Amino acid sequence: MKKLLQLLEEDCTLTRDQLASMSGMTVEEVNAEIKRYEEEKIVLGYKAIIDWDSTDREAVTALIEVSITPQRGEGFDRIAERIYQYDEVESVYLMSGAFDLTVIISGRTLKEVAQFVSQRLAPLEGVTGTATHFILKKYKEKHLIFEKQAPGEREFIFV
Amino acid sequence: MNYDQILNQRIQAVKPSGIRKFFDILEEMKDAISLGIGEPDFVTPWHIRDAGIYSLEKGYTKYTSNAGMAELRREIASYLNRRFGLHYNFANEIVVTVGGSEAIDLALRCLVNPGDEVIVPVPSFVCYGPLTSMAGGVPVYVETKAENEFRLMPKELRAAITPRTKALVLPYPCNPTGGIMERSDLEALAQVLEGTDIMIISDEIYAELTYGQHHVSPANLPELYDRTIVVNGFSKSHAMTGWRMGYVCGPEPVIRQMLKLHQFGIMSSPTVSQYAAIEAMRNGDHDIEKMREEYDGRRRYLVEGLRRIGLPCFEPKGAFYVFPDIRPTGLTSEEFCERFLMEEKVAVIPGSAFGPGGEGFVRCCYATGLKDIAEALTRMDNFLTNLKRKQARDGN
Repeated sequence: MKKLLQLLEEDCTLTRDQLASMSGMTVEEVNAEIKRYEEEKIVLGYKAIIDWDSTDREAVTALIEVSITPQRGEGFDRIAERIYQYDEVESVYLMSGAFDLTVIISGRTLKEVAQFVSQRLAPLEGVTGTATHFILKKYKEKHLIFEKQAPGEREFIFV
Repeated sequence: MNYDQILNQRIQAVKPSGIRKFFDILEEMKDAISLGIGEPDFVTPWHIRDAGIYSLEKGYTKYTSNAGMAELRREIASYLNRRFGLHYNFANEIVVTVGGSEAIDLALRCLVNPGDEVIVPVPSFVCYGPLTSMAGGVPVYVETKAENEFRLMPKELRAAITPRTKALVLPYPCNPTGGIMERSDLEALAQVLEGTDIMIISDEIYAELTYGQHHVSPANLPELYDRTIVVNGFSKSHAMTGWRMGYVCGPEPVIRQMLKLHQFGIMSSPTVSQYAAIEAMRNGDHDIEKMREEYDGRRRYLVEGLRRIGLPCFEPKGAFYVFPDIRPTGLTSEEFCERFLMEEKVAVIPGSAFGPGGEGFVRCCYATGLKDIAEALTRMDNFLTNLKRKQARDGN
């Protein structure tokens, strides 16, 4: 049986009735549990995954490798925080390996993104280098495939 | 040409399935929802498909040995041991077949002499009776009961046994009821069979899809092992219906005869499918758990939904079907399905299609997306409300 969090992660549009049946809980228990998740920030939010390329809206996403000098007593957290405060920044991850932070930012145009990197991100104190990679095409995000696949037709068979 | 005269009488006597007409209607219908087709809605996991593709790239397109590739039989033996605690020797106790259906056909044709009786618990999948007839045998149907959760009870088995009884089919976990047999149920049957030469054909194609408890095979019981032929396959456990991959395991003398028949009728199972099946056995346990969890959520939701709108149904513990009792509506199962399809555009299958004992029930398959199941429940609720209203009006 799936746990409530797993069900929410896979599809947060499930109704409370559905969540209750599928997790083997009562609706009251589900409501209480979700309230707790939200209060304790175990569930941070609920968002749709949108294929902007299928709409009229222009959107550019870039993945930026950022190298930084950790600060005394604060490690990487202080700089990460200064970066993630910007609205343009979608995600920030601390990495192992050749660089320190992965920063994913989105903007309307290439220029907008490039300006953010050169004017906001690179000059930050402690940032020692950036490498910007523009995302050309999204194939899959959060287990969802962007390509509009026609579902394989089910033939009628008596089984 | 007088084909009626020419054609084999046994096959002519087999009644065509009444379900066909529903499918014909359904094919014409836009925005219909089908809870009718008993097949996983999942695509075969990619790593399994990829193994099949890779075998084609490598040019592995020849026949394999008749029994199936030794490597695959080894993997099947190890899988059966790992998952179900069953012990079969890959060398002479396993044959890879074209789906579980071929295995059932082989088993019946290798066991049955003309006039032999085969006990078939019903409601169940439709193939056992016709295949028994084609083998020259006589199917003896035993109606299992909703109040027993559609288990085969020892008393029912005992009453069906005659000196001509050759075999007992055990179709559990059961299509269409979702019923299962627990160890204690099988032990009770073992006592009835003790001292007889009756063979068991255990169709375990849904063995991986049980909820809340593990599947128990009659071959898990030492007292039944020698009389049991286990039929299984990849269709339901690994969402591989179209690959047509099944297998049969049993005592060596039985398997030896089945292999002969398989060799003449089939030669060897599709090679590309065998390569995919090896991958499924080696690295597919995780897929099984994932799909089972998904089915389980839908199962719980559908059972609760049906009960909420007033159709009693026992909790199915296996397969991917719910079998609600529609007798409160006063309709036959066929009337119910036809009207439900025409009025609300949802296809479910009349219980009567699964043999005697299925009347009064309909089969709803939950191997379909949750949104469709939710919509089907809403439409079912409408249908029942309208039906009650009409019946009240007509009654007055």
